Amino acid sequence: VDPWLAVKVRVLVRPKEGILDPQGQAVERALPALGYEGVSKVRVGRLIELEVSDKAPDAATSRVREMCERLLANPLIESYQVEALPDDEEGK
Amino acid sequence: MSVEFGVVAFPGSCDERDAFNAIERIDGARARFLWHTTADLDGVDAVVIPGGFSYGDYLRAGAIARFSPVMKAITEYALEGRPVLGICNGFQVLCEAGLLPGALLPNPSLRFVCRQIEVIVENENTPLRERAPRASSFPFRSNIRLAGTSPPSTDSKS
Repeated sequence: VDPWLAVKVRVLVRPKEGILDPQGQAVERALPALGYEGVSKVRVGRLIELEVSDKAPDAATSRVREMCERLLANPLIESYQVEALPDDEEGK
Repeated sequence: MSVEFGVVAFPGSCDERDAFNAIERIDGARARFLWHTTADLDGVDAVVIPGGFSYGDYLRAGAIARFSPVMKAITEYALEGRPVLGICNGFQVLCEAGLLPGALLPNPSLRFVCRQIEVIVENENTPLRERAPRASSFPFRSNIRLAGTSPPSTDSKS
């Protein structure tokens, strides 16, 4: 039996709390022009999905957290959230 | 004896010829290109990382370039105390590589800044001290600024 699993992992990268997010602000200012009033606190981040071969979902997510520290996010200015996805949740 | 500069070229760099030509105009200086796949700096006396959009600025500006073979060599070179100059995108590569502190963020004004600025030499303990004027003025343009370092945030060229 092949002990390796393909684990689907989703990473959400966001501008850190307290870090100014000009991209979010620009979107927030553009929405009223389309008639969407009452929208506030817009933050724009990044969604990264990966499939990682590992022996257990926990091992996969801890490797992905390491990838976040080194490449996927810039920990100085961004926070990240790592989540292993159940097999049936694809392409959402 | 001439001083030889290595000018790094990543896929997506676009100011490497400007840097090359600027160096070649200096008496006693010669330039050569260092392709991003090389891990051998070939004995150059200084390294210049020029501006542009290395690796398309994918993920974050400078984030992918940081892991190229040439950057591995440049990191060792810099840690030996040898001179490395990062311009625009090259500066961002140095921040992402952790050779310079901080990170670059969009201007809070959301505007592109383009103006003449006055520059003062704060640290005279650099190889530039003999040639750099104490104060100078040059045109500046940027849509990003440096953040996350202890001195007050300074604008940085993009």
